Amino acid sequence: MVRQVFAYIVHKKGVANDTAFEMVTAAKRIEPDASIIAIVAGTGDDLNMVCNEVASSYQEVWKIDNEALSYPNSEVIRTLLVRILPEQGIVIIPHDTFGMDLAPGLSIKLNAAYLPDAVDIDGVDENRLKAVRQEYSGQVSTHIVCDISGGAVITTRSGSFKAVETKRAGGQIFDKTAQAMEGGFPETGRRFIGVIEAEVGDVDITKSEILVSVGRGVEDKDNLGIVFDLAKAMGGDVACSRPVVDAKWLEKSRQVGTSGKTVKPKIYMALGISGSFQHQGGIKGAPFIVAINKNPKAPIFKVADVGVVADMLDFVPELTDKINEMK
Amino acid sequence: MEILVCIKRVPDTSENEINVNRDGTDIERDDLVYSVNEWDNYAVEEAIQIRDRVGGSVTVVTVGDEEAEEVVRREMAMGADKGILLSDEVFNSSDGRGIASIIKAEVEKGKYDLILTGAQADDGAGQVGGMLAAMLDRPYASLVTSLEVIDDKKIKVGREIEGGNLEMLEIDLPCVLSIQTGINEPRYVGIRGIRKTASAEIPVYGAEDLGLSPESVGESGLKVKRLDYFVPDSGEGAEILEGSTDEIVEKLVELLKARGGIK
Repeated sequence: MVRQVFAYIVHKKGVANDTAFEMVTAAKRIEPDASIIAIVAGTGDDLNMVCNEVASSYQEVWKIDNEALSYPNSEVIRTLLVRILPEQGIVIIPHDTFGMDLAPGLSIKLNAAYLPDAVDIDGVDENRLKAVRQEYSGQVSTHIVCDISGGAVITTRSGSFKAVETKRAGGQIFDKTAQAMEGGFPETGRRFIGVIEAEVGDVDITKSEILVSVGRGVEDKDNLGIVFDLAKAMGGDVACSRPVVDAKWLEKSRQVGTSGKTVKPKIYMALGISGSFQHQGGIKGAPFIVAINKNPKAPIFKVADVGVVADMLDFVPELTDKINEMK
Repeated sequence: MEILVCIKRVPDTSENEINVNRDGTDIERDDLVYSVNEWDNYAVEEAIQIRDRVGGSVTVVTVGDEEAEEVVRREMAMGADKGILLSDEVFNSSDGRGIASIIKAEVEKGKYDLILTGAQADDGAGQVGGMLAAMLDRPYASLVTSLEVIDDKKIKVGREIEGGNLEMLEIDLPCVLSIQTGINEPRYVGIRGIRKTASAEIPVYGAEDLGLSPESVGESGLKVKRLDYFVPDSGEGAEILEGSTDEIVEKLVELLKARGGIK
């Protein structure tokens, strides 16, 4: 029998997230001939648009339509998935803020293995799925083997699997609403109130061409002066990574990353930033990246064009002086 | 409010370079500095602040060997009222589900209104909280960066979602939450503070105390297993500039100029 692999589609305003097409590639890595089925929950025209969009890349699309699904509550979605998924099913979910909310609990309710945050999949040997994960912010990787005989919930890291390009799958759309709602709309002790949009700051780093971005390596708020000095010398703006915002040294609107802003500068100076994948996820448009970090193992060096292994507190003032000297 | 915070002792990545050992079976652990998982400090701080506002008590719990006791003491020095160590040889090499089952057994002995975990750990995957909630059939929310107690039946939380936006939720108690960094500013604990908790009694419970069968946890309960550690082939990577500081600065300025990086 052909193995079925399901993918839960994250979407917004009638458009599927890029991960929808990356999960097709991940599913094929599990088994090249697998029957790949998209599950899309939502409501109305937006839902239909997403179903049609992903039908070009999936053999089947299962849709669940209900007004109360206009914003996805992971606890509700969990119950719906348990109702429609076959026993021992394999389901892939993006490892984003929604997937992190949904997937661990789903694996318990399905009594399935949970393989979180996979960056690569080697394939299946009998019922043993082999995959690659990263640990310690990407400093080391591990091979994981996962017993999928009782099914599996797998989350995949955004950008780790190449989006599928063939758009001729001609997938058929099946309405699974009735089956999903058998037993009524799921009850949950968690109710959605609304979304509060992030504050807009005094500097819009999404428009900057030159970003001087600072991380934990700055060590103290009092050391930020050297960062602003370099930004001024280069004619750029100051951005930062998450720990700097957590410490309240800079405002949230300057944070680059999946939980901050997505930037597309021409030059990106990463000062004392280790470069977690969440941070890297906020840097788009292939800028020229310069990494300055005292840890030669910092993951930022893998994505940077040029690296300097040094303490930013010593190196940055030297660089600023040199630039100012030339002017 | 009775609050339980699940914590974990991990290698401190801000203090260590992580390397793979010679045969790839583990990371080099000999010279590692260990500490409390960073996210867990935010969870404990949040619990203490809630207790100070509405009353009740804070208990910290960890699953680990005897060395894990030091992190329990540290969080008690922050202000947690009680500490519990869940330790047993059969717990070794448990996966996320195994750890969640062990904590569940302890939870069922008490009456906790609120259970907090860190949103993730450097050597983990942010899974125990969500699994624990599902096992207990309690509501769950991950990545929480704001928390307000409405009354003894409900709380209001904000989850940090993409783009730094906040998803606001009302959640019935008892529930489980994973706490994201930035929700508060964890208080500093000095050596003296930790010394004060040196005499505090920390009960240790094993599988039998918790009524757990050895088959359900540890090696035999595994669905997911690490085969090895390796350093990924990173492709090109950065060109590392070498030389004296002056030489490096000179080279870097040339490169930046060529790319339009100096206006």
